[in-house]
Amino acid sequence: MTDKVLTTPPHVEPVVFTRDMLDWLPWLEPMAEQDLTARHVAGLVDAARAKSAYFRLLVRDPEVLEARTKTDKDIFYNPEAGLPRAERELAAAATSRFNGCIYCASVHARFAATYSKRVEDVDRLLNNGVDTDLDARWNAIVAASVALTSTPITFGPEHVDALRKVGLDEASIVDVINAASFFNWANRLMLSLGEPAAPEKARRGAIQADGPGRRE
Amino acid sequence: MSDVIDTLAGIAPGSPLDAIRNQRLQARTHAQASYDSLFKPLTEADASKLERVAIACFVAGLHGRSEMEAFYGTALAEAGAPAAWKGAIAAAVASAKGQGPYGHYPKGPLSAEDKAGPVFKTGAAERNALGARLAAAFEHAHMLVFHPRDAAPPYLQALIDAGWSTTGVVVISQLVAFLSYQIRVVAGLRVLKARPA
Repeated sequence: MTDKVLTTPPHVEPVVFTRDMLDWLPWLEPMAEQDLTARHVAGLVDAARAKSAYFRLLVRDPEVLEARTKTDKDIFYNPEAGLPRAERELAAAATSRFNGCIYCASVHARFAATYSKRVEDVDRLLNNGVDTDLDARWNAIVAASVALTSTPITFGPEHVDALRKVGLDEASIVDVINAASFFNWANRLMLSLGEPAAPEKARRGAIQADGPGRRE
Repeated sequence: MSDVIDTLAGIAPGSPLDAIRNQRLQARTHAQASYDSLFKPLTEADASKLERVAIACFVAGLHGRSEMEAFYGTALAEAGAPAAWKGAIAAAVASAKGQGPYGHYPKGPLSAEDKAGPVFKTGAAERNALGARLAAAFEHAHMLVFHPRDAAPPYLQALIDAGWSTTGVVVISQLVAFLSYQIRVVAGLRVLKARPA
């Protein structure tokens, strides 16, 4: 039986929010690659995810992982209408910053910076937190994400008004709701089933090639 | 096909929000598929349907969302939960409610942002009524809901000690994390629906 908590190997714990590529170490035993059946491979959606400890742990429930992954991809990648990709990623990064998920924040801050080209603003969000002043449009998206992420949820009509005022249409507002809500799902898995690790410089190339997935 | 998010958010077929949700049809379909696979699982070997619904009632209660409490409360009754569970879950919710997210960061510059808050322990009476597995699951759910950045291996050990398998821990973590998403989507869409442009 594999029912035990794992001891992580020696590693450097990231202690700040960063756009650097991070590794992720599981606290529970992922499935072994050779034990994956067709059902598990379907659950992984992308076969390459069999290389990721995170996805091989989640694939212990393949049906949920498959549905979750397809939800995720459509919310963030579907190019039809709605919010530009950069700002869906901003909502994910802000949610992760507020919940305190250093791993998720690193991935989605990278995406937000890449798609928006606003590297300094993204770094200010990471360094100073969700109250930092970005610009009217980004402030409204971050504030809406934070209000949705708070428990109890504090998202109200004033957030909808603020998003409309900076130019978001209804489909874009729904994208903010979806992106922030989805990262309340992702953050909780990433935070509670393992921990981030700073890759050693020498290993960096290998981790970028087949690290713990592009998502989360 | 029935869609739980539409039902809970009050989105009618043919309405503007129905059309917008259809622009993300994969997300819409698979949010429903996530719900179905969590609450109508192919196997109950690692977490029973009844356990899943009981945890959902607790999580809905922690968020203080009446539409979610009513929905999962009905599911609990339909699942044939023991009579004492409803009151035990309500008592656990009452003693567990708080404000999140709080918690600690790894020691370093972010320690200045540490925000202290309670670690929930299921009360003796509730533990008695619900059993050791659900009592441990509620403690885990509380951490995930309010202070997920405090997560650490000993919390997972507590679940395993209470009888959860590794796969069972994955299932209930997915369950609480999914609910954190579902509850927010519903809350957000309800606000938007009540505030037409």
